[in-house]
Amino acid sequence: MLNLDNSKQLALIVNDAIKNKQPLKIFGGNSKSFYGPKSKGEPVCVAEHCGVINYQPEELVLTVRAGTTLSEIESILAEQNQKLIFEPPHFGAKATIGGAISSDINGPSSPWFGSVRDAVLGVKIINGQGEILHFGGEVMKNVAGYDVSRLMVGSMGTLGLLLEISLRILPLEKKTITFLLETTEEEAIQRCSQLNRQHLPLSAMVYYNNLLYIRLSGNIASVNSAYKTLGGELLTDNNFWYSIREHTHPFFYQTGTLWRISVPPATPPINDLDGHWLIDWGGAQRWFISDMAAEVVYAKVADVHGHATIYRNIDSIGDVFHPLTTSQRHLHKMVKQAFDPHRIFNPGRLYADL
Amino acid sequence: MQKFIIRSLQKIVTKKNVLQERCELVPYECDALTAFRALPIAVVLAETVEQIQEVMCFCQQHKIPVVSRGAGTGLSGGVLPCEDGIVLSLAKFNRIIAVDLQNRTARVEPGVRNISISQAVESDNLYYAPDPSSQLACTIGGNVAENAGGVHCLKYGLTVNNVLQVKIVTAKGELVTLGSQALDAPGYDLLAVITGSEGMLGIIVEVTVKLLPIPECTKVLMVTFDSVAKTGDAVTKIISKGIIPAGLEMMDNMTIRAAEDFLHIGYPIDATAILLCELDGTLAEVEQAINEVSLLCKEAGAIEIKLAKDEDERKLFWAGRKAAFPAVGRISPDYYCLDGTIKRKYLAEVLQKIDSLSDEYQLKVANVFHAGDGNLHPMVLYDANKPGEFERVEELGGKILELCIAVGGTITGEHGVGVEKLNHMCLQFSSGELEQFHALKRAFDPDGILNPGKVIPTLHRCAEFGAMHVHDNKLPHPDIPRF
Ligand SMILES: Cc1cc2nc3c(=O)[nH]c(=O)nc-3n(C[C@H](O)[C@H](O)[C@H](O)COP(=O)(O)OP(=O)(O)OC[C@H]3O[C@@H](n4cnc5c(N)ncnc54)[C@H](O)[C@@H]3O)c2cc1C
Repeated sequence: MLNLDNSKQLALIVNDAIKNKQPLKIFGGNSKSFYGPKSKGEPVCVAEHCGVINYQPEELVLTVRAGTTLSEIESILAEQNQKLIFEPPHFGAKATIGGAISSDINGPSSPWFGSVRDAVLGVKIINGQGEILHFGGEVMKNVAGYDVSRLMVGSMGTLGLLLEISLRILPLEKKTITFLLETTEEEAIQRCSQLNRQHLPLSAMVYYNNLLYIRLSGNIASVNSAYKTLGGELLTDNNFWYSIREHTHPFFYQTGTLWRISVPPATPPINDLDGHWLIDWGGAQRWFISDMAAEVVYAKVADVHGHATIYRNIDSIGDVFHPLTTSQRHLHKMVKQAFDPHRIFNPGRLYADL
Repeated sequence: MQKFIIRSLQKIVTKKNVLQERCELVPYECDALTAFRALPIAVVLAETVEQIQEVMCFCQQHKIPVVSRGAGTGLSGGVLPCEDGIVLSLAKFNRIIAVDLQNRTARVEPGVRNISISQAVESDNLYYAPDPSSQLACTIGGNVAENAGGVHCLKYGLTVNNVLQVKIVTAKGELVTLGSQALDAPGYDLLAVITGSEGMLGIIVEVTVKLLPIPECTKVLMVTFDSVAKTGDAVTKIISKGIIPAGLEMMDNMTIRAAEDFLHIGYPIDATAILLCELDGTLAEVEQAINEVSLLCKEAGAIEIKLAKDEDERKLFWAGRKAAFPAVGRISPDYYCLDGTIKRKYLAEVLQKIDSLSDEYQLKVANVFHAGDGNLHPMVLYDANKPGEFERVEELGGKILELCIAVGGTITGEHGVGVEKLNHMCLQFSSGELEQFHALKRAFDPDGILNPGKVIPTLHRCAEFGAMHVHDNKLPHPDIPRF
């Protein structure tokens, strides 16, 4: 596996950019370039800053350089029967951990096992002053100073250039099965809510086309006993969860704009929004394909206390991520200013004014 | 000026809700770290969010320091008043606003006590997972402000992993929602930033927490050891086997004796250390885990493994652990509790070093740990009435924290920096990192009126402190990266 420390060069590039007031467009494997608005700037590739710095299976901690690919990380962890907790979608063979952290894209298991923010323990970044800084660390509990590590999650590279990340990892479950229940959308959402209120080894719940797919992962005894009480036909298609995670399922090939709708999980079907739906995360994350106007989608989703993101096939000119309130927007600008006063990093990659 | 401040505040929250007499102010002079005390100009007991917004607008306009206060159970001096400022008490915000069973959430006011949330939803078979030992008293607002942990955090996460949404009033008096009622929110993760921010970035006025289903079955093992190294080994073995207990706590001999004296639980008073290992889930799952854990503990050299025979005995085993602080409080006039966190594998090594430091300083140290996540709580026993003793305690405490940093750990796992660990922040962070923290603080609070002077030391302070202290590279384990 590659092991390259490019931090000095990257710091030089950032410092030059600050001096020349030249914005930078940070990328790793370019696998998420479809996601979020485009940013202006001189491309900087972090993929060559890669390799594992510290992996201690018995501590359930991994520290890697940001350019390390997700596939490499996953294969190293698998050798020790461990895994990343957020089941990251790759969306391309070259996807890096830095990109996964910055874009905060999570797989089907994350409501139960945790998302990127639940995994991040520490980061090393270059900030907008060109300084290399450490926050957090490799321990499970750490409240010294503000939580800058989690602030990097989902910031789309607009606050700093990620150099290293320390992650909490998890042991692989001893057993995983998936079974199916035939049901309507409305019943499926209710069913998921009921199941979530019991102590079960759930690891994914997806509804599509009158079928609810329930995945159980845990120790052998718990999976067996849960399956015994819940029943249902076992799914033999091993590819199903991959197709949901990587958006290769036929659902995702339908024409229209792909939206990610994030709502309180028990929210009933949003019938006002016309299009194709696939319910993920037991109701909390819903994929929606439609040609409806963005403002309408944002407003309807806000009505049910959720938020919407244009995920793929962007053709609108406004915000791609859900519009913020005025006071939120102000705080965002101030935070951007605190980390990147010269607006060097990925300007416009999250919101136009950041 | 004082009179003007008091009169203006009275106009906002009414006369009866502004405390100003010395005898009224004394209960607010400190938190559970009683070594640091001060009296504010006034204590404001706000009753509505609008009042808090008005109070903040007024204080912002006149640059008056504001220290928010929950139950005052903090252990790092976070609510120490500013003499030229006010204390804003959230005590009256004690309502559970709404419970949403379908979505397993509770929306609560910040002054609600931690335990009240679980009590309110118990009949619906739900609970709120983070359970600090102080849960009978501490508030959810204080928990968010400190990112509080508890015994169950090993498996279920800290406060930050169990909160969905927080509403804050900013230094300028604006009401802002961070996070959302869904599982995530657009934009920067400011919810994570406010969590653990110790009252420095905003006043928390509403919290939405996640609720979890009560496990079908919960069992606890009490495992006795004759050496600390073996105990540490057992912890490592359990975790690396892929078992995540609901709780994994360790107590040393002095704490075992103190707890036994206090509560007569049946703890083995001759043991060097005990582990309490809680396992939860379905019946079948728990039985399998108990067998696995017992086997691993035997392999590590356990002397005795005892399974609590019923729910009463399980609660009893835990009672001793949960009362460890007061129990130690009975055997010594005062104690000073530390909160460093290390990697599990250094447990035995760090404990031995703490032992020799205890000898060197001639001060007894009792130890309890959240062993599963490496969070140490050494308690230094002392007598505050003996002149000079507290200074020695602080010095010993500082040495222990340096040790934690040296093995790649942190100076605080859950109790926060407050005023207490300002100097040690200088050891853990570079000046660039501290400057970045200050910049983030200014983003939320440009005039620095929220809890001023706490959590992040000035570079000036660090320079003075550095002059008296060993530098990083002279600490033990120079080969271990600080990250
Ligand atoms: C016996 C004992 C056992 C303990 N055990 C644990 C434990 O197991 N785990 C653990 O994590 N802690 C523990 N603690 C520490 C303490 O209980 C926690 O830090 C708790 O979260 C503090 O809550 P509080 O309401 O008392 O906050 P306070 O002490 O009132 O305040 C703490 C900090 O939070 C800020 N704050 C409070 N409310 C707000 C608000 N609404 N908005 C903004 N800022 C606010 C304050 O300004 C201050 O900086 C223990 C303390 C004691 C005395």
